[in-house]
Amino acid sequence: MDKKSNTIIDKLELNHIKINLNGKRLIDINASVTSGDVLTIMGPSGSGKSTLLAYIGGFLDKAFTASGTVAYGDLCLTDLPPHERRAGILFQDPLLFPHLSVLGNLLLSIPPSEKGKAHRRKLAFNALENSNLEDFADRDPDTLSGGQKARIALQRVLLSRPRFLLLDEPFSKLDMQLRDHTRRLVFDMAKQAGLPMILVTHDQADADAAGGHIHHVLNS
Amino acid sequence: MLKHLNIARFAPPFVIILLIGPICFGLFGTFAPAFGYLPSLGGLEFSLTSFKDLFAVTGLWQSAFLSLASGLSAAFISLMIVMGFIGGFGQSRVFRRVRQLTSPLLSVPHAAAAFGFAFMIAPSGFLMRAASPWLTGFDRPPDLLIINDPWGITLTAGLVIKEIPFLFLVSLAALPQLRFSETMVFARSIGFGRITGFIFLVWPSLYKQIRLAVYAVVAYATAVVDVAAILGPHLPPTLPIRLLDWMGDPDLSMRFLASAGAVFQLGVTLFALAVWFGMEWLGGCLTAFMRNRGFRGARDQVFRIGFLSAISMSAILVFGGIIMLAIWSFSGLWQFPDLWPQNLTTRSWMRSLPRIVDPLITTLVIGVISTLVAVILTILCLERENQTGRTGGNRALALIYLPLIIPQLSFVFGLQVFAIGFGVDGKFYTLAFVHLIFVLPYVFLSLSDSWRALDKRYDIIATGLGKNRFQVLMSIRIPLLTRAILSAAAVGFAVSISQYLPTVLIGAGRIDTITTEAISLASGGNRRVIGVYAFLQTLLPFFAFTLVSIIPALLFRNRRAMRV
Repeated sequence: MDKKSNTIIDKLELNHIKINLNGKRLIDINASVTSGDVLTIMGPSGSGKSTLLAYIGGFLDKAFTASGTVAYGDLCLTDLPPHERRAGILFQDPLLFPHLSVLGNLLLSIPPSEKGKAHRRKLAFNALENSNLEDFADRDPDTLSGGQKARIALQRVLLSRPRFLLLDEPFSKLDMQLRDHTRRLVFDMAKQAGLPMILVTHDQADADAAGGHIHHVLNS
Repeated sequence: MLKHLNIARFAPPFVIILLIGPICFGLFGTFAPAFGYLPSLGGLEFSLTSFKDLFAVTGLWQSAFLSLASGLSAAFISLMIVMGFIGGFGQSRVFRRVRQLTSPLLSVPHAAAAFGFAFMIAPSGFLMRAASPWLTGFDRPPDLLIINDPWGITLTAGLVIKEIPFLFLVSLAALPQLRFSETMVFARSIGFGRITGFIFLVWPSLYKQIRLAVYAVVAYATAVVDVAAILGPHLPPTLPIRLLDWMGDPDLSMRFLASAGAVFQLGVTLFALAVWFGMEWLGGCLTAFMRNRGFRGARDQVFRIGFLSAISMSAILVFGGIIMLAIWSFSGLWQFPDLWPQNLTTRSWMRSLPRIVDPLITTLVIGVISTLVAVILTILCLERENQTGRTGGNRALALIYLPLIIPQLSFVFGLQVFAIGFGVDGKFYTLAFVHLIFVLPYVFLSLSDSWRALDKRYDIIATGLGKNRFQVLMSIRIPLLTRAILSAAAVGFAVSISQYLPTVLIGAGRIDTITTEAISLASGGNRRVIGVYAFLQTLLPFFAFTLVSIIPALLFRNRRAMRV
C-alpha cells in the first residue's frame, strides 16, 4: 500500500451524529479524525459524552435515540454489526479477562486470520516484548500492578488490528506519574500503528497531551 | 445464525409458553372434569355433581382448615423468625456463622428434612432418648401422638424449619441493595432497638423485594403433599393428602371428585393468599401506629435471644435429623432409651441397594436433563436481555414465580389428564418436562442476579476485539460466570430431586424416584429403610453442591479474581 491511499482509507468520519435521551440532545457532532490524530471529546461527567463512543462501537443502550453515520474510508461502519467494526476500546479499568492468563488475553484478541498456533504465540510474545513484560505470559492478570495491567490492555487492543481507538477516560484511574507515562505510551503506539483516536475525558491535561481537535460537550 | 445468537430471540417467548402453557392446560384439565366434562370417562355435560359429592365428604372442611391453618402459620412463623433474626443480629458475628450453617440446609429435600425431623421429635426419637430416663422417667417410648398429631402442629413445625433457610437466603440476597448497615447505624443512633429499627426502616423495602418468594411459601405450605404425608395428621389428613388419595384411586369415577377437590385446593390456597394480604395490611397498620407513637423498643434483648434460639434450633433440628437418618440407616439393634445403637451394620443398605439402583438412575437422569435444559434456556433468556437491553421487569418476575405460587396439585393433576390423553404419561421425557416447569424458575432466579451484575464492559471489549455474540458468550461470559451457572444448576438439580407430586402423577406409577420411594415408606415406619432412602435423597443435592464448588476452584485455581 502506498502512503497516499493509506491516508485516505485511515480516516474516521463522524457524519452529523446526534444522540438524544428522552428528547434531550446529548451529542451533536460532525467531525473527522485522520490516522494518528486524536479527537478529544471533553465534558463534565454525566454529560453523556461516552454515548458517542458507544454509538461508534455499536453498543449504544436502546434507551438512547441516535442518528448519523460513521465512515471509515469507503466503509460505512454504522451498517456493520458491532464485532465487525473493529473498534479498539480502552476503558478507565484495564478489564483484562480474569479467567485467562496474560498470554490467554493476548491470544484471544489476535484475529482468526492469523493462522497457526506457533505464529499466534509469536505475535503475542512480540507484544509482550514491546511492553517489556516478556516474563508475564503465564501470570494471572489479577497479580499485575496497575501500570502493567494498563500496558497489557493496550497490547491486547493493538493485537486485534483495530481500525481506530476509542478511549473512554483510560487514564483517569491511574496515579499522576503513571498517568503521564501511560498516556504517552498509548498515543505513541497508536500513532505508530496509524490509528485515528477518539478520546473522551474531563481532564484538560489529557486534551493537552492529545494535541488534536477538541469538541466540547456541555452539561445542559 | 449462530454467530449473532439470533436464536436467543425465541428464548423468552418459549420460556413464557413453557411456564404458562402447562399451567393453563393443567388448570383446564382440572376444571373441566370438576364440572362434569371428561369425555373419556363418559362425562359430557356440565354439572355440579362433583362439587356436591365433594362437600358431602366427611371432614372435608376440617381437612381444608388444617391445610389453611398449618400453611399460614408455618409461613408466618418462619417469616417472623427470619425478620427478627436479621434485625437483631444483622451486623454481628453470629450472623455469619448462622448464615454458613443455614445455607446448605436449602439443598435438603423437604421429604428428607421431614423424616429427619420426625426421627428427632418422635416419642422414640432422639430428643426423647436424650431426656430419658433421667428426666422423663420413661424406659419405653411414651404413647404420645407427636408425629401426625391431629392439629397439624408437627406439620407446621416441620414446614417452619424447612422454610426458614429459604426465606433467610432470599432475604440475604436482597439485603445488599438496601443500605442495611447505614440504616441500622442511623436507627441505633436515634435510640431504636435493633429489631424495632430494622422493622421500621429496613423491613418494608426488604419485604417488597422478597414478596413473591413469601407468597410461594404460603402457597406451597397450604398445598404441601410430601411433608404432610410424613408429618401431617391422619384423621382426617390435610386436603392435599386426601386429594392425592382420590387421584390414585383405581375407581376412575373418583377422578371427578379428585378434580373438584383440586379446584377446591386452588380456592383454599387463593384464600390463604387473601388472608395473607390482610395480614400484610394489618402488619403495616400496626407498624405505622407504633412508629408514629415514637416506639423505640430499645430493650429487645429477650426478643433477640428468642429469635437467635429459634433460628439456631431450626437449623440444629434439620442437621440433627439428617444425622439421625444416617445413623438409623446403619443401625442394628437400637433400643429405647439408648442414645446410640448397640451395633452398626450395613445390612439395611445391602438389602435396599438392589431395589435402589433403578430409582436412583431415574432420579439422576431426570434431574440432569431438566436442569441442563433449564440452564440453557435461562442463559438464552438472559442473553436476550443483553441484546435488547431490557429485563422483563416485575411482570416477568411474577410470571416466573407463577408455577411456584399456583398449587402443583391443582394443575399437575389436569396435566396428567392431557398426558394420558396423548399417551405420554409414565414416559421419561414427559416427567423431565414437568420437572422443568419447576426447575426453570429456581435456576432463573439463582442465575439472573449474577448474570446482570457482570461488568458489561467485558462484552464490549471482546466485541471490539472482533468476537461475535456467540464467541463472547462462550469465551467470556460463560467462563466468567462458571461459578454462578454451576450453583444455579445445583439448585435446579436439588429442586428436581425433591419433586414428589409431579413424579407420582405424571410418572403414572411407572416411574419411581428416590423421593417417591422414600415417601411411600412413610406409612410403613421401618426407620432403617427410611433412613437409607431419605439419607440418600439428602446426599444427591449435597454432592451436586460440593461438586459445583470444587469445579470452579480447580478450573481457576491460579486466577485470583475468579475467587468468591
